[in-house]
Amino acid sequence: MFRTHVMICGGTGCTSSGSNRLHTKLEEELKAKGLENEVKVVQTGCFGLCALGPVMIVYPDGTFYSMVKEEDLPEIVEEHLLKGRPVDRLVYKDSAEEVVAEELEKTYSLNDTAFYKKQMRIALRNCGVIDPEIIDEYIAMDGYKALGKVLTEMTPEEVIQLMLDSGLRGRGGAGFPTGMKWKFARASQGEKKYVCCNADEGDPGAFMDRSVLEGDPHAVIEAMAIAAYAIGADQGYVYIRAEYPIAVKRLSIAIEQAREYGLLGENIFGTGFNFNLDIRLGAGAFVCGEETALMTSIEGKRGEPRPRPPFPAVKGLFAKPTVLNNVETYANIPQIILKGVDWFRSIGTEKSKGTKVFALGGKITNTGLVEVPMGTPLRTIIEEIGGGIPNGKKFKAAQTGGPSGGCIPASHLDVPIDYDNLIAIGSMMGSGGLIVMDEDNCMVDIAKFFLEFTVDESCGKCTPCRIGTRRLLEMLTKITDGKATLEDLDKMEELCYYIKENSLCGLGQTAPNPVLSTLQYFRDEYVAHIVDKKCPAGVCKNLLKYSVISDKCFGCGMCMRACPANAIYVTDYTAPGKKKPAVAIDTDKCVKCGACIGTCKFSAIEKK
Amino acid sequence: MKTLAELEAIREKMRGKVAVREASDNTTRIVVGMATCGIAAGARPVLNTIVEEVSKMGLSETVTVTQTGCIGLCQYEPIVEVYQTGKDKVTYVKMDSEKAKKVLEEHIKGGKVVSDYTIKL
Repeated sequence: MFRTHVMICGGTGCTSSGSNRLHTKLEEELKAKGLENEVKVVQTGCFGLCALGPVMIVYPDGTFYSMVKEEDLPEIVEEHLLKGRPVDRLVYKDSAEEVVAEELEKTYSLNDTAFYKKQMRIALRNCGVIDPEIIDEYIAMDGYKALGKVLTEMTPEEVIQLMLDSGLRGRGGAGFPTGMKWKFARASQGEKKYVCCNADEGDPGAFMDRSVLEGDPHAVIEAMAIAAYAIGADQGYVYIRAEYPIAVKRLSIAIEQAREYGLLGENIFGTGFNFNLDIRLGAGAFVCGEETALMTSIEGKRGEPRPRPPFPAVKGLFAKPTVLNNVETYANIPQIILKGVDWFRSIGTEKSKGTKVFALGGKITNTGLVEVPMGTPLRTIIEEIGGGIPNGKKFKAAQTGGPSGGCIPASHLDVPIDYDNLIAIGSMMGSGGLIVMDEDNCMVDIAKFFLEFTVDESCGKCTPCRIGTRRLLEMLTKITDGKATLEDLDKMEELCYYIKENSLCGLGQTAPNPVLSTLQYFRDEYVAHIVDKKCPAGVCKNLLKYSVISDKCFGCGMCMRACPANAIYVTDYTAPGKKKPAVAIDTDKCVKCGACIGTCKFSAIEKK
Repeated sequence: MKTLAELEAIREKMRGKVAVREASDNTTRIVVGMATCGIAAGARPVLNTIVEEVSKMGLSETVTVTQTGCIGLCQYEPIVEVYQTGKDKVTYVKMDSEKAKKVLEEHIKGGKVVSDYTIKL
């Protein structure tokens, strides 16, 4: 019997900052102190504060340690695990924490921090709480109880009705009602049907699906079995990208364990229901996140989309009726069945029920994963949960929906976030990547970044996407080079609408969104690039000019030594009160790397 | 596994083992003094006994067992304190495993403070 459990994050973020080594070391340390039978070390899924890894939580007190190093372990073992005194300097603190700690006689529970307090964890409920490689721990958290209930107490029609009533919408981005998909697939004729899971998370900056699979793989397996029962399928596939090795490994272990327990396979719970599940690895092409391309790829063919209709619910994988849902969508389902429709409907907004997981990134203090009820304003996510923007910079915009989405400017910070509101303000939910940008980000450059991505990832099957996105990128480059005219801006907008209307699949239809939404909210920045030939944020290199303010220059020569292009030379002008002559920058030689600004102690170099 | 009963059996068996991780809304907190003085006086077996007994008695869902530093009454160690929502703190002194079992049985389960072991200053 263990009195204390130490949970060490084994997600991708913390693994890359050394959590595996920490785990081994901690076990050695516990053994040395004779505590190996009292303290249990558990490798678990993502806690959400990825930037602060490796992180660990000590239960029962719930003390949350961040950025733990190997040399900290002896102190943690001796002081905290043996004597019960948390090691203050390693405890994660945010502004709310200090007040709370005083009130609660110095307990440092993660649940009391501003980062967690406003969160509500449904899809991530077991992430960081259970060991994802032990099926018994999932069962202890009511795992497979929903499947048992569905198989023994409900008809497939009742399951579908429950999903319809719950109002659950697809978490992959488009927000299509999950129950509708199931209903259509159930209604389709055919002996053989399939259930698929889209784990081909491709948006730059989104990693919630990976974290769910790493931290709670059984939830997805259980939900897929429920979906299979509802539509009448007996085979499922999880399509996951090969570049998620930890998620693939944990999911494989989970499937194996579920098979051993008879929770996958023949005659589950003695009800005569059969369901098998297999993994299909994707090579990482963005277009394979599009449903028809994904299924084509599972079939072993080149991952290209095809026109819809027919929709997958009618003619999907191997031309059979198929249900395809996203990882996060599945992770919600067992909870909805156990806790009921009313509970789920009480969370969120009128048309968007439940919670949404966001991957916070960019210019934000707490980079990581958060789950909030639908309808939470962006301001709460960024300022309270995310801890605001570092270095006292000003918020400029938040990008949601990745390459298919758009930017939300400061004026819309208080809009409650749900599917419909985001579309109304010119963005979209997407899979939930949320990239925060401050005054140092150039919006034209951001649009260009996403276009570069879609140009790379366009599969090339249809012309509007293949050629249109390339032309669009060329126009953006012209703007950032300072060579565009205002007519180009109008042409660019026209091209955007053309691509949207004529592309075959979601990739092309949404590719111009980053351009359109930045044009909508930050047109002045485009105009500044075109008319004034200036980049207001100082990002677009070709519009920047570095120069020395000669009256501030002491002629120390630090910048000359730092310059990799030998572009700085000594002039014959000595400023009043200075002993040495000032330097100047030869703009023909200057490569605009910014090295000189970093070395100047007198702020004598400016970029404009 | 072919029946729901088997699933439930695994759940029951595992519950006590993972309940420690969701102790936040527990109404009872048992704290054992585990500073140098406490350990020297034999607090570790007391702590371990309490953890085991709480699980055996099926109290894991409502009782949190944790350790703390020196309370300042070193000559009375091992000290065990019981915090219950809405009630005064009870401090037991000079504890051992047998006394701990009695406290769990009579106080935590039965609701009656074992006044023989409480602190008298």
